[in-house]
Amino acid sequence: MSKTLFDKVWDSHVVQRIENGPDVLFIDRHLVHEVTSPVAFLGLKNRGIKVLYPERTFATADHNTPTRNQHLPVKDKLSANQLKALEENSNAHNIPYWGLGHEKNGIVHVIGPENGITVPGATIVCGDSHTSTHGAFGAIAFGIGTSEVEMVLSTQCIMQPKPKSMRINVNGTLNKAVTPKDVALFIISKLTTSGATGYFVEYAGDVFRNMSMEGRMTVCNLSIEMGARGGMIAPDEKTFDYIEGREYAPKGAAWYKAMTYWETLYSEDDASFDKELTFEASEIEPMITYGTNPGMGMGIKNDIPQAEAVEGGAATYKKSLAYMAFNEGDAMIGKPIDFVFLGSCTNGRIEDFRAFASIIKGRRKADNVTAWLVPGSHRVEEAIKNEGILDILHQAGFELREPGCSACLAMNDDKIPAGKYAVSTSNRNFEGRQGPGSRTLLASPLVAAAAAVTGKVTDPRELMEDVLA
Amino acid sequence: MAYDKFNILKSSAVPLPIENVDTDQIIPARFLKATERKGFGDNLFRDWRYNTDDTPKEHFVLNNPIYSGKILVGGKNFGSGSSREHAAWAVYDYGFRCVVSSFFADIFRGNCLNIGVLPVQVSAEFLDKIFKAMENNPNSELEVSLPEQTITILETGESESFAINDYKKENMLNGFDDIDFLLNIKNNIEKYAENTPL
Repeated sequence: MSKTLFDKVWDSHVVQRIENGPDVLFIDRHLVHEVTSPVAFLGLKNRGIKVLYPERTFATADHNTPTRNQHLPVKDKLSANQLKALEENSNAHNIPYWGLGHEKNGIVHVIGPENGITVPGATIVCGDSHTSTHGAFGAIAFGIGTSEVEMVLSTQCIMQPKPKSMRINVNGTLNKAVTPKDVALFIISKLTTSGATGYFVEYAGDVFRNMSMEGRMTVCNLSIEMGARGGMIAPDEKTFDYIEGREYAPKGAAWYKAMTYWETLYSEDDASFDKELTFEASEIEPMITYGTNPGMGMGIKNDIPQAEAVEGGAATYKKSLAYMAFNEGDAMIGKPIDFVFLGSCTNGRIEDFRAFASIIKGRRKADNVTAWLVPGSHRVEEAIKNEGILDILHQAGFELREPGCSACLAMNDDKIPAGKYAVSTSNRNFEGRQGPGSRTLLASPLVAAAAAVTGKVTDPRELMEDVLA
Repeated sequence: MAYDKFNILKSSAVPLPIENVDTDQIIPARFLKATERKGFGDNLFRDWRYNTDDTPKEHFVLNNPIYSGKILVGGKNFGSGSSREHAAWAVYDYGFRCVVSSFFADIFRGNCLNIGVLPVQVSAEFLDKIFKAMENNPNSELEVSLPEQTITILETGESESFAINDYKKENMLNGFDDIDFLLNIKNNIEKYAENTPL
């Protein structure tokens, strides 16, 4: 039978197949951060074993780190303790550790691609569900639990049954102000947060072909939000151009050998998928969420649906709207907001900051808005400065913070206060996700920028010059 | 790490008939700062269970003394969101050994299986029957048999079978974990790695 892209990569990494059980899957690259790794390292210590392949393992600090004054000791004792544990564990096992202040430090899913760790055809895992980001390069990448982190540290393998396959095609040309984030939120709104559970997704069609690598990362990043283990896109010239020359990417003869393999990574024409869905790009509008899961999203100009119009449980739906203090039938446009968060592994890359800057340029931050702009890495921070974006931000009354996961999950001090509304470029709008009682509206960097300068939910198209279309 | 063996569990249960219960509700991120696996049960469903001044919210089911037991019964799409195994640890540490739902998020299900909490997926109809039985009698017991792969509402005798792969079933019956298995085939893994460049 003809193979899908996913089959090709998965099957070539199976060390052993267990009948009526999982596959033993070899992991090429393992990314480690401070929150989901300490108990795994403790497990190794208790068994008296070392990391099997430290050269396949990379550690960074991102989840609980402050986004201000990173040169000072971390004040939160528990966070400082986790960071210390990661540093000590990395040193004890000879794992490269890119801690606070290190030039390569940043959000784990931003720095993987930046440093050429993420390559086509690889299997990549991390104790973080947004590991699916790396699928943008044609890698199989997904999040794992701490028991599995311990498995990978000790044996470079995990044991999982092969997931089912789904292909999602989006064809045509995207409308003005519709970004990769909107494409993903649109798909999730159609599938719900459990619509792809049990599947691994391949994204195909014009829209993804024409998308930049960073845009593809945003889309693959959000695969988990429809329940999928991961999402991937077949590598092409754009992928190879992005990778070439990066520090951990293959060089010289190894590069050409790798390319020869990477060029075989696509789904055969007659390969079949367990499920296939197709959408038209023209259907997609700039999106915003109004509820407490990422599936509760809609075109920004729409009204919040009635409970009867929504599939599934009306009780859960109403509970969600009550938490947000929204009503069925409300328009989202014009709703006042309190916070804007630009950042995260979903939208914390340079293209996201360029998009944000394109709207706020020559305008002023609204007085009622507190804005947290957090680059995904030091490299992104550097580009923001080098490209003159920092000046644009400053002139409009914004400041830039230091890299990290920040208000996406609010493990550090960047917590949205109870009852306040945040337009956020991150990935989850669960109850309390951005701080106890916080209310999150997920959106693109363009929608976030429009909210930041108007103080309310605003259609970014109203603020865009036609020449930018 | 090795965990308790699971065979037949007979217990009353705690109902949580809400859909899309995500891992940020099961354990909010601010409680993920430990470097050891202990005490997570105290913060299970923290923000649904406690007010901001740490007083219990009386309407939440874990604060309702009429419900108790080793089985947690949740609505559809239980455990969606983050990969934090801390969510499964919190469920375990609180005292649950089994979670029942009509649909589980993948990573949460896998995490449960890896630490000895049995996820039992039932049909939407059977889930409704369980909720009704518990509504009628909060003490009504469920029997979960891993060897038979069945779940039974003891009062009514209604029963349904559930799926689990043979490998994981064997592991749970014996309290084995995957790392033991993998360490045993280390030679094969090293052979594979030799042929797999970075």
